[in-house]
Amino acid sequence: MEHLKKDYSHIKGWGIDADPQNDPTYPMKPHRTDAEQSGYSWERPTQQPVDVEILHSIERPNISAVFGTASPPSGLSGVIRRFAFKYSENSYLHWLPLILADRVNVVEGIIDDMKHGHVPNIFEEKGYKAEWKHDKVGLLTKFAVAAALVAGVVVLLSKKNEDDYDEDDD
Amino acid sequence: MLAMDYRGPKRVRVSQKPMPEIKHPEDAIVRVTRSCICGSDLHLYNGNVPDTRVGTTFGHEFIGVVEEIGSEVTKLKVGDHVLVPFNIACGRCHFCKQGLFGNCHESNPMATAVGGIFGYSHTAGGFHGGQAEYVRVPYANVGPTVIPEGMDPDDAVLLTDVVPTGYQAAEMGGIQPGDTVVVFGAGPVGIMAAKCSWLFGAGRVIVIDHVDYRLEFVRNYAQCEAYNFREMEDPVVFIKKTTDWMGADVVIDAVGAEAAGNTMQTITGRKTLMQAGSATALHWAINSVKKGGIVSIVGVYGPTDNLVPIGNVLNKGLTIRANQASVKRLLPRLIEHVQNGILNPKALITHRIPLEEVADGYRLFSAKLDNCIKPVLIPPSARM
Repeated sequence: MEHLKKDYSHIKGWGIDADPQNDPTYPMKPHRTDAEQSGYSWERPTQQPVDVEILHSIERPNISAVFGTASPPSGLSGVIRRFAFKYSENSYLHWLPLILADRVNVVEGIIDDMKHGHVPNIFEEKGYKAEWKHDKVGLLTKFAVAAALVAGVVVLLSKKNEDDYDEDDD
Repeated sequence: MLAMDYRGPKRVRVSQKPMPEIKHPEDAIVRVTRSCICGSDLHLYNGNVPDTRVGTTFGHEFIGVVEEIGSEVTKLKVGDHVLVPFNIACGRCHFCKQGLFGNCHESNPMATAVGGIFGYSHTAGGFHGGQAEYVRVPYANVGPTVIPEGMDPDDAVLLTDVVPTGYQAAEMGGIQPGDTVVVFGAGPVGIMAAKCSWLFGAGRVIVIDHVDYRLEFVRNYAQCEAYNFREMEDPVVFIKKTTDWMGADVVIDAVGAEAAGNTMQTITGRKTLMQAGSATALHWAINSVKKGGIVSIVGVYGPTDNLVPIGNVLNKGLTIRANQASVKRLLPRLIEHVQNGILNPKALITHRIPLEEVADGYRLFSAKLDNCIKPVLIPPSARM
């Protein structure tokens, strides 16, 4: 307890919430009753009407009383999400398809934008304006690396095509 | 109305979206006056949280004015200026009754591991968030709390997540007077966890991060020691050495899934998502705490698989405590601390950004540009 010889008066509120009982204790279970052991024993809130498709975890028997209605499943990503929700939260088959669905959903988002006559402004959506303002060198380096990678791939591919062509020649 | 619109990893914009509607008798519609970008929003922004659907609006830290209430809302009235905890909690399920408002069982059908959270993917209930002009707030009798008269709105908005999460991190550490506390991460939550550790009687508070301006900030704000792990050969050895080779009594992980500092974790956890985020900070926490010590986790990790040294948890006899903060439970005490000048949350706010420039705000915060600690978004309807 050497530290306690120090003077902590310069730190506002030092020790104000010290609690020897919290070692470590929160949350302590309250006095539990048999009713609390028997699943959904509480008086459930009114059920929100289910007016959009809601996928629910198979680790619960129902849909929670309230839920969000943002972006219901649709398109190919929706098909993948429906597949994912056949598996429990304990399974890779739940989470990995969801990550895949998210990526598919990004492409669907771009197609949807185009369908509505909106060309996404990628530079702006990625917030590059802020990066240009505060870190020009970093942004230019990033673009240079990307350009070099693309150029490298193009060179490799065209070299391969040339080789194929040479082989055909032989 | 204008709202942030997620379009894919590292791509967001502001779009015109339909006004939110009352969907449940306990709903309220709130006109947002401030919303923050949170460090955990960056996990969504970077595409690391499964079931983050294109078209959703993020934002779980917001305050605003009640515009409309459902037929069963009795504790709020139109015109109240409220701060809204980031957890959506019914207040009557088995878990809410224990004070575990972050673990409500009646607000998220999509997963049982986490309760509903505003704007935090469909894994957390599929709710739109508060980075918008208006937002639907379910269970309005439970979560929203009227902002006390005289309280600065900038203080209030940080009471929705940052302050309670930092405070609960310290509380879960079971800190005893004189304890040495190490906090990994000098983001807003880490800064607040360091500050709150003193309130529980810590004898020494050490913060570890890799961004110098954040270390400088936490050193001044939380009156603690702060070190850059890039300047150490090994942060675990450093902590052992500085604690007489014993380890810290309490270690707080305020980093979560996107920790830097370990190439293998970065590749498997952040770049390829082969595990649920990089668990570097958690490794360091487990390995640098004293035997018999306590590790407190508030850094967000994705579901469900992590390469975590659980064998060391067993061998060292550690207690691990982790949770989303139960904001509602902590609010009365924290409001008191803000009113008495013990805590000064608004000092964390470094950037005020119009909602229309949300993409720049995300980039600024995620790339740690312009010495950004905490950005706040102001919707146009709040600027009039």
